[in-house]
Amino acid sequence: MASRKEGTGSTATSSSSTAGAAGKGKGKGGSGDSAVKQVQIDGLVVLKIIKHYQEEGQGTEVVQGVLLGLVVEDRLEITNCFPFPQHTEDDADFDEVQYQMEMMRSLRHVNIDHLHVGWYQSTYYGSFVTRALLDSQFSYQHAIEESVVLIYDPIKTAQGSLSLKAYRLTPKLMEVCKEKDFSPEALKKANITFEYMFEEVPIVIKNSHLINVLMWELEKKSAVADKHELLSLASSIFTLHFSNHLGKNLQLLMDRVDEMSQDIVKYNTYMRNTSKQQQQKHQYQQRRQQENMQRQSRGEPPLPEEDLSKLFKPPQPPARMDSLLIAGQINTYCQNIKEFTAQNLGKLFMAQALQEYNN
Amino acid sequence: MATPAVPVSAPPATPTPVPAAAPASVPAPTPAPAAAPVPAAAPASSSDPAAAAAATAAPGQTPASAQAPAQTPAPALPGPALPGPFPGGRVVRLHPVILASIVDSYERRNEGAARVIGTLLGTVDKHSVEVTNCFSVPHNESEDEVAVDMEFAKNMYELHKKVSPNELILGWYATGHDITEHSVLIHEYYSREAPNPIHLTVDTSLQNGRMSIKAYVSTLMGVPGRTMGVMFTPLTVKYAYYDTERIGVDLIMKTCFSPNRVIGLSSDLQQVGGASARIQDALSTVLQYAEDVLVSADNTVGRFLMSLVNQVPKIVPDDFETMLNSNINDLLMVTYLANLTQSQIALNEKLVNL
Repeated sequence: MASRKEGTGSTATSSSSTAGAAGKGKGKGGSGDSAVKQVQIDGLVVLKIIKHYQEEGQGTEVVQGVLLGLVVEDRLEITNCFPFPQHTEDDADFDEVQYQMEMMRSLRHVNIDHLHVGWYQSTYYGSFVTRALLDSQFSYQHAIEESVVLIYDPIKTAQGSLSLKAYRLTPKLMEVCKEKDFSPEALKKANITFEYMFEEVPIVIKNSHLINVLMWELEKKSAVADKHELLSLASSIFTLHFSNHLGKNLQLLMDRVDEMSQDIVKYNTYMRNTSKQQQQKHQYQQRRQQENMQRQSRGEPPLPEEDLSKLFKPPQPPARMDSLLIAGQINTYCQNIKEFTAQNLGKLFMAQALQEYNN
Repeated sequence: MATPAVPVSAPPATPTPVPAAAPASVPAPTPAPAAAPVPAAAPASSSDPAAAAAATAAPGQTPASAQAPAQTPAPALPGPALPGPFPGGRVVRLHPVILASIVDSYERRNEGAARVIGTLLGTVDKHSVEVTNCFSVPHNESEDEVAVDMEFAKNMYELHKKVSPNELILGWYATGHDITEHSVLIHEYYSREAPNPIHLTVDTSLQNGRMSIKAYVSTLMGVPGRTMGVMFTPLTVKYAYYDTERIGVDLIMKTCFSPNRVIGLSSDLQQVGGASARIQDALSTVLQYAEDVLVSADNTVGRFLMSLVNQVPKIVPDDFETMLNSNINDLLMVTYLANLTQSQIALNEKLVNL
């Protein structure tokens, strides 16, 4: 019955979840800068997230919730979670913080880990790289070093494979957010590309022994009523109208690419404006110098050097953060699409093999 | 005979609950305390066909009825039950998240507590009761008394309602394999919250090497006019899954096989591989069966096999070739476009940062 004490001879492989009496020593958090190398989730959390989306999250709304757990060395263990109610306009006096506090206090009474270690969110076809997510994750990570955001993709899960990913902001991005300075110079200095905005942390699922017993029990009892869409090709690529998975993904991708191209146009105009302005400045300076020389030749006092920056206000550089986000989102979409096509190619080849055998 | 869904008011059945109970208890010789011969001074329990059905159901579920806490050592006498039939019929549908939650709170119980209890939330519909959520409630249990923190339960319920406004309190659960006297008290607490609450037990002490999961509803019994006892009559428990839940459970189940009880999430092609391996296993079992049973086989099985084999569609090879090629082309094109987009944005990044 290993207890949850950190590092008391328990290597990473031996059990770190209690299987009996609540010997729940809270693992001390790792030293401040230790990044989280792995996220370990209890089966219970997975089920709860699935259930929350299923019941409350139909449609394009995202459902969110809080993750509870503890940090053990460089591993983040998530042991429980609770959902957050969705924002509705008629609930103006709803106090999120209070809800959270009460929930955590109550959970503490029943010995559930009450350490906040992150939050989860469902996503619609993979579109989660938004400013809101960034801000939330930043405030979490700022407060708690090791927090992660779990992104749960229900549509992909319904197709057969549980899609749960854990993300953190990279340290560089954290710095930038701290400064709240999203100007292009700062971003260039930090050298952030869209690929280094979020880092994905590998997830493992761990269950205690008793839960394993439960799983066996369930397996014996429940009917094998599988309606998996796992091996179905019908939902993949045959139809042209955009109601299927690939179609939706592509459509979202196209929208983003449109946004991106608008952004690029803006950037181009900016560049053109700056260079035009440079030229104008240059010309102005030259004219000034000429005038001054003329005046000197005539013996008059030279004209004062005017402050060029006041005359020519430099154009506003476009915000780089948004385009970074868009690029990140496009990247995610592309990844998803590639995964999807890889799977389907496999299925197609299987179908081919079946047919060949038939004939 | 165990599940008459809605208590049918069959008047001919009811005026004779007494003799009906007696032959019913005969085929189940072992529910010892409850199967004593029925005293003839049976009150007119005719108003309750539900109770009669309960009485006949009880002997059918042998081990469960042995746990009926004979407050009064009375036989399975159908007394006047709680008002109204059991809402939603006799089936309780559980979601796996409930059981996982219960096991988890059992593991985290306080020192010295032998069991944990908590509230069940869910919805009721015509034919069944669906339990979709639960939370544990702190309680203290000792030899003589039991104290349940009902304030806490109310608070938690309010909080939960903010997230899922459709969930109602359905009953309560307890771990452990027995129903004790304290359970009756707790059940009474809960009957103030919900009409006809359900009681769920999860046997975490693994008696008989199984974790048995049972559900009960309580019925009053005894001689009216005297102290009434309570009997817990069992209900059928079914497991309900959403599709996504089933997939989640399948994945989680894999930890049973790994040595450290740890698994990673599998990648996409691995999933396809895993599914096809499962099909292969299933097919080999079926083949084995077919070979063993060559002559005297069951017709229905044969028909199933026939439809299975016919599932693979027969397509003219040329048509299939064209279809296959066009689909492969589509997929490759999409992959190419995705890659192109990615390199495009990478380029853009580089340019902008100049």
